[in-house]
Amino acid sequence: MSGPTPEIPIEHRLRELAPQVLGVITRRFRDFALAEDAVQEAMLAAFRQWPQEGIPESPRAWLIRVANRRMTDMIRSEMARRQRETDITSEQEPTIGPTEEIEADMDPEDTLFLLFMCCHPALSTSSAIALTLRAVGGLSTAEIANAFMVPEATMAQRISRAKQSIKTSGVPFGLPTPQDRRERQPAVLHVLYLIFSEGYSSSVGAQLQRLDLAQEAIRLTRSTRGLLPEDAEVAGLLALMLLTDARQTARTGPNGELVPLDKQDRSLWNRAEIAEGTTLLTLALSKGSVGLYQLQAAIAAVHDEAAIAEDTDWPQILALYELLQRVAPGPMVILNQAIALAMVQGPARGLERLKPLDSDERLRGHYRLDAVRGHLFEMLGDSERAVQHYRTAASKTTSLPEQHFLMMQAARLEEA
Amino acid sequence: MKYILMMNGSKTDFERYSRWSKEDLQANVSFMRAFSQELKDSGVFVASEGLGWPDDARLVRAGRKGEPITDGVFPESKEFLAGYWIIDVEDSEQAFAIAARLSQGPGVGAKAGAMPVEVRRVLSGHSDLGL
Repeated sequence: MSGPTPEIPIEHRLRELAPQVLGVITRRFRDFALAEDAVQEAMLAAFRQWPQEGIPESPRAWLIRVANRRMTDMIRSEMARRQRETDITSEQEPTIGPTEEIEADMDPEDTLFLLFMCCHPALSTSSAIALTLRAVGGLSTAEIANAFMVPEATMAQRISRAKQSIKTSGVPFGLPTPQDRRERQPAVLHVLYLIFSEGYSSSVGAQLQRLDLAQEAIRLTRSTRGLLPEDAEVAGLLALMLLTDARQTARTGPNGELVPLDKQDRSLWNRAEIAEGTTLLTLALSKGSVGLYQLQAAIAAVHDEAAIAEDTDWPQILALYELLQRVAPGPMVILNQAIALAMVQGPARGLERLKPLDSDERLRGHYRLDAVRGHLFEMLGDSERAVQHYRTAASKTTSLPEQHFLMMQAARLEEA
Repeated sequence: MKYILMMNGSKTDFERYSRWSKEDLQANVSFMRAFSQELKDSGVFVASEGLGWPDDARLVRAGRKGEPITDGVFPESKEFLAGYWIIDVEDSEQAFAIAARLSQGPGVGAKAGAMPVEVRRVLSGHSDLGL
């Protein structure tokens, strides 16, 4: 084993700096795809040179200077190529200002601009996710591919297509206006949430060598919070991630099997994350407007503060789901509300709440309605129906650990 | 979401395929290559393999000491996997569209084959986020 290498801190610093540099270069040259290439090359140059020559005094300015130079070269050769092809002499030179100027405008807005561009509604969610991880998260294509378990070439293609769509859809290169921010903030938060949920759902025991997307999402949301410190929903989302991630090690058994909330070993929960999430949430809630992430974080916090499952404050959870149903109504909220209702007023009331969902198109073929029904019929003591619903749910779920869990539930009841 | 697209055929189907004309085979092979390339270009490709002929397919069971006991006698109706593609797409609709594209591959006489493609969901990890 070799001793500590200088590459580790450099890699981390580059990852932090990449989006800032990319934001500056993209806004300056108004060509995201080209800027991305230029910044990648600047990163590579830093990776080669810094360990030998030492980290420059202002790493950010160094990177901007190199990327800027590279960008200029690429634009020049692109123009030369076009001239050769069309034989039309153009006097137009790319607008390149003195680099000293750029160094001064160290601006968090550059990263914010980049984040809003990567989460643009013109992109499919999978493209937005890939692009955000790459451009804002500073991850390599190989790392992202590995996290999603697809070949590197596939991820590279997805990213390059995403860049192409940004180009063709004419996404503006200006900073998001306050109105843009209001309108598009939910889409940005949704992308961050999806990155977290992808990481959270795929991080099953044996895949230790995979990049932890949940941690990446937390890191990205943390830096988004630095950019939008007054936004209570950004804080709410970060709190939700921390309060959920706190249970990560307890939610899976030694063989990758699913451990439901009420059976988890709560001593495994990450106290530091719970404390940080709770503090963040309290602060966010004091700001007034309560949104869906704050409410979900509040529900997670109520679960997290119960030392044993029996101590869970279900009336409070029920009240929070009712609020959530008003803020962000949907069949999934009703499902969770029904569980809380069953815990407070008994399973019969919970089952009653589920009835209208039978005709809800959005839940057609979804396993969770059956899973919840199975659970509530079991509470009611109707094993036969519980088994039926557990089995139906098992046949519909798209998750292997869930399928095993639901089949075990059915088998357990049948043997009892 | 990941889906697997599978092409199956009976032994008779395989035998028929081996007697296709050179032109038909060529058209079919280049279609398959182009199809895989298309998946790669659109950023949805995960994996793909073609399988050997069913002639050397064997059913293997463990004997009393764990030794392999092989059997190659299959009922005439048995379908064999010929090849598969795994794709990573947004939803089932996109998976079905890609499967339909595959099913359009040229068959005998370069007619669009209407070859059935079995589409199945590949299972993933679990999330208890709920919403």
